[in-house]
Amino acid sequence: MAWFNDFWSTYSTLVFTVGVHGMLALSIWLTLSCGLLSLANAAFMGIGAYASALLTLQLGWPFPAVLLAGGVAPALVALVIGVPVLRLSGVYLAMATLAFGEVVRITVLNMDITGGPEGLNGIPLATEGWHIVLLLGLTIYVLHRLRRSKVGRAFESIKEDEVAARLMGIHVARYKLLAFVLGSFIAGVAGALNAHFTFFISPREYGFENAVDILTMAVLGGTSGLVGPILGGTILTLLPELLRFLHDFRSLVNGAVLVLVVLFLPKGIWEPRRVRAWWNRRSQA
Amino acid sequence: MLEQQLLNALTLGSVYALFALGFTLVFGVLAVINLSHGALFMVGSYAALAMVTRLHAPLWLAMLGAMLVSGTLGLLIDVLILKPLRLRNAPHLIPMIATIGVSIMLTTTAQGLFGAEAMRFPEETLPAGEYLIGDVHVRALEIAIVLISFILMAVMFTILKRSQLGRALRAISESPKAAWLLGIPVERLFHATSFVAASLGGIAGVLIALDFNAITPGMGQPMLHKGIAVIILGGMGDIRGALIGGLFLGFAEVISKAYLSSQMGDAVAFGLLFLILLVRPAGLFGRQLERKA
Repeated sequence: MAWFNDFWSTYSTLVFTVGVHGMLALSIWLTLSCGLLSLANAAFMGIGAYASALLTLQLGWPFPAVLLAGGVAPALVALVIGVPVLRLSGVYLAMATLAFGEVVRITVLNMDITGGPEGLNGIPLATEGWHIVLLLGLTIYVLHRLRRSKVGRAFESIKEDEVAARLMGIHVARYKLLAFVLGSFIAGVAGALNAHFTFFISPREYGFENAVDILTMAVLGGTSGLVGPILGGTILTLLPELLRFLHDFRSLVNGAVLVLVVLFLPKGIWEPRRVRAWWNRRSQA
Repeated sequence: MLEQQLLNALTLGSVYALFALGFTLVFGVLAVINLSHGALFMVGSYAALAMVTRLHAPLWLAMLGAMLVSGTLGLLIDVLILKPLRLRNAPHLIPMIATIGVSIMLTTTAQGLFGAEAMRFPEETLPAGEYLIGDVHVRALEIAIVLISFILMAVMFTILKRSQLGRALRAISESPKAAWLLGIPVERLFHATSFVAASLGGIAGVLIALDFNAITPGMGQPMLHKGIAVIILGGMGDIRGALIGGLFLGFAEVISKAYLSSQMGDAVAFGLLFLILLVRPAGLFGRQLERKA
């Protein structure tokens, strides 16, 4: 077990981050599965992180309550902005959610209670490995059940053809709002988990780049199922670590991977049909 | 005081407009949100800097060089990445994500080559004059920036509105397929648009770098955000809207920075943008929302 302890003391933060990124990728997968391209997930993560960290630091709430609040806070915000914003579609929705994200970031940057540009320091370590495993597992389970339920099928029909879905009697606006709010809840919980093992949060972590990172994870992994986003999140978290030897040029590979995947694996790395075909070919050989 | 601010706003706004012009052109013609436009802007300013400091080229030549370098990169992006995606009929989200990858690659390369520290143009290469008009200090540099931006934009307007080429481009933006059936060389015009748009981005980079006299690998990112704000204000794909939106954003930013707080200036721009999207989804000056956007 000695090697494991060594490994854990060096890499536990990295493993935690893989889990958090998995949840974030799933949160954007959920909105994408309803045909919504929302870039607000980094902002929702930030709202969750700040809300939870402030509850811990200022009011000393117990951790489970803090986690719940970390999900509820962005969900409430999503509920309020979702009603007007979700009338937009396609690129316009992406831009509006992006603008919302910037407003959140700049607001956090300018408030006193959030510590402004310095962020919040000294958040106590409360997240443990099993918290992340449990919550990630719970997210996967709920989303898996959701996909096969009436709600999941409604999402899928809205994604395929909104007009047809409405004609079939699906309340499109309500389901879109549901996807948006649920996604923000997951992102917020991920933010709360993240804040309680990094000791420190600042507005810089919840900007445009991070929103794009989250989207990239889902698209890289593939959005046809739940495996893809988690795989994408894992790869994009580990890749920079594996490429440390490239120093300044390390992100170059990130960019190149993104371009190559988009060009050559249009459905992402994890595409069930291709993986199955590959598996069949191998077992026949 | 107010006049001085208005001058700053005009300088900044004209560069925003120039940057957004290329951005909106690509969206209008290729229907792609090119998120590497900010990186191409950054590449332009480094290209000009390298020509001035290493090759001792005069500034005007460096500007042309920057346009050429950025334009060539834009062309390469179109030929190597966007074209295969077009042929495959990829959904609109996909080319946008590919350009994010390009943006990361360009920014990292610039940081690896030039370092993260801000770099400057040597003092002696900048136009030095300064005039006093009324109470307003006007730098020759600012006049040059505004003039270059407006001349380039006027040229673009004339081409797009009056020439056969412009008519062809507008036909493509209505429907590439119909344009192709009418015998318009659609692919070639896609390439040309990518080149021109990127070179406009490149020279906007040089102008901003001259105005602030600072060049960093990350300078494209905030500019990209502003470009997005501008083309939403002006209506996406709307050329005239890019000009009005750019100037408007320049004024809104400078005025709110002067009279509110320096940090909240950016929030005002984006807050405004957010509100406009809710009230007028196609932008302030935009036409009806696309039927299936």
